[in-house]
Amino acid sequence: MTFALELSYWQSTILRIVGVLVAVLIPAGTLVYVFLFKMMSHMQSRLGPMEAGPHGSLQLMAEVGKFLQKEDIVPTKADRTLFTLAPYLVVGTVLLVYLAVPFGPDAYFADLDTGVFYLLAVSSVSVIGVLVAGWASANKYSLMGGLRAAGQLIAYELPMVLAVVGVVIQAGSLNLQHIVSVQAHGEIFGWGGIGNPFILTQIVGFGIFLLATQAELTQTPFDMPIAESELVAGYMTEYSGMRFLLFFIGEFASAGAFAAVAATLFLGGWWLPGFGFDNNAMNIVGPLVMVGKMMFVAFLIFWFRFTYPRFREDQLQTLAWKYLIPLSLVNIMATAVLKVVF
Amino acid sequence: MSEFLRAYLTVAVFAAFAGLLIAGVLGLSRLIRPNRPTPQKLLTYESGVDPVGSGFSQSQVRYYIFALLFVMFDVEAVFIFPWAMRLELYQVFGLVEMAVFIVILVFGLVYAWRKGVLRWV
Repeated sequence: MTFALELSYWQSTILRIVGVLVAVLIPAGTLVYVFLFKMMSHMQSRLGPMEAGPHGSLQLMAEVGKFLQKEDIVPTKADRTLFTLAPYLVVGTVLLVYLAVPFGPDAYFADLDTGVFYLLAVSSVSVIGVLVAGWASANKYSLMGGLRAAGQLIAYELPMVLAVVGVVIQAGSLNLQHIVSVQAHGEIFGWGGIGNPFILTQIVGFGIFLLATQAELTQTPFDMPIAESELVAGYMTEYSGMRFLLFFIGEFASAGAFAAVAATLFLGGWWLPGFGFDNNAMNIVGPLVMVGKMMFVAFLIFWFRFTYPRFREDQLQTLAWKYLIPLSLVNIMATAVLKVVF
Repeated sequence: MSEFLRAYLTVAVFAAFAGLLIAGVLGLSRLIRPNRPTPQKLLTYESGVDPVGSGFSQSQVRYYIFALLFVMFDVEAVFIFPWAMRLELYQVFGLVEMAVFIVILVFGLVYAWRKGVLRWV
C-alpha cells in the first residue's frame, strides 16, 4: 500500500495488517446485518431486530457485548486442548484467504505468484478445524456434524477447484493480480470498453463455483452439518460464549472471503472501466469497487440460502459427484479447446 | 530476501497475527465473563437427558469411499493447474495429452459409479 511513498517491509506489513482487519470485519459485519438480519426478515415478511439503534443497526454490537459476558463452558469429557484449538483453525484461515486477494494496483496484502493455488489450499484448512471441533467435543451431535461437514467439504472442494481451472486457462496465470489485469485488458469481440470479465466466458464455471461456495460455507440448502432439527447445532453444539461467536464470525467472514475471490476471478476484480490499470486513484476506488462486487456475490449466496429447503445427505453427495464434477471436467476441456483454437 | 520469499513471510506474519487476535478476543472475554462451573453444567449435552455411553463413539462413516475418490481427483487437480497455466505454449500437443489424462480419470469415476460406490449405502 505505497501511495507514492517508500515504506520499509515492516511498515507496509503493519499497514496491511490493519487493512486486513478492516477487510475482514467490515464485510462480515455488513453481511450479518444487511443480509442475515434484514434481508432474511423482509423475505419472510417480518421485521427482524428493530430495537438497538435506528432500524436495529446496532444489533450486532449488542450481540458482541452479550457474547463477551457469557460464561465459557468446556464439558468435562471434552478434549480440552483440541476443543480450544478448533476456533483458531477455523477463524485464522479466513484471514489468510483475504491475504491473496488484491484490492488495487498497490493495495494488496501479498502478491503471491501461486495465488489461486494458495487460496484453494488455505480455504480447505478450515475443514480440519471443523473436524477437530466435532471430535473434541465428545458429543454425539458434534461428532455427526463434524463428519457430515468433512464429507461435504471434500465433496465440494473438487468442483470448486476444477471450476477455477477454466479461469486459469483463460488468464494463463495463477497470480490474482495478473488475472485481474487480463480481465481489464480483454476485449469482447474487439470492443474493450468494459474489459472481458471471465463471467461472460466462464458462466458455467461461475455457477459451479457459487454452488460449491454455498456448500463449503455450510449454508442452507447445504447445511446438514448444522441441521437444527437433527443435530442441535452440529459441531458447534458444545461451544458457548466467545468461542461460539468466533465460529459465527468465521462463517460470515469466509462468506465475505469467498465473495471476494469470486469477484476477483469472475467479475473483473477491483478494476473499474474508464480508469487506467496503474492509476494511483484505483488504490482508493479499487477497494470500494471490490466491496460492491463482494456484496453482489454475497447477495446471490444469501438469496439462495433464504429461498431453498435443506437437501438430504445423499442428494448432496450425488449432486457433487454425479453432476458438478463431470460438468466441470467438460467445462475445462471446452475452455482448453477454445483457447487453443482461437 | 527475494520478493518471492517476502510474500510468504507476509503470510507467516499474518498467521501469527490471526493467532494473536483470536487469543486477544478470548482473553478479553475471560476478564469480563463470570466463571461458576458446576458438575451438572459441565455435563455433555444430549437434549437434556443424561448422556449415554462415551461421546467418542464409534460411528459408521458412510461416505469414506468418497475420501479415496477425493484423493484421486485432488491429485488430478495438482497436475491440471501447471498445464492450465502453460496451455498457450503447448497448444494442440498439450490439449491431447490432457484429454488422455482426463479420460483415464473419468474412467475411474465411471468405474466407481458402476460399482455403486456413489450410491448411499
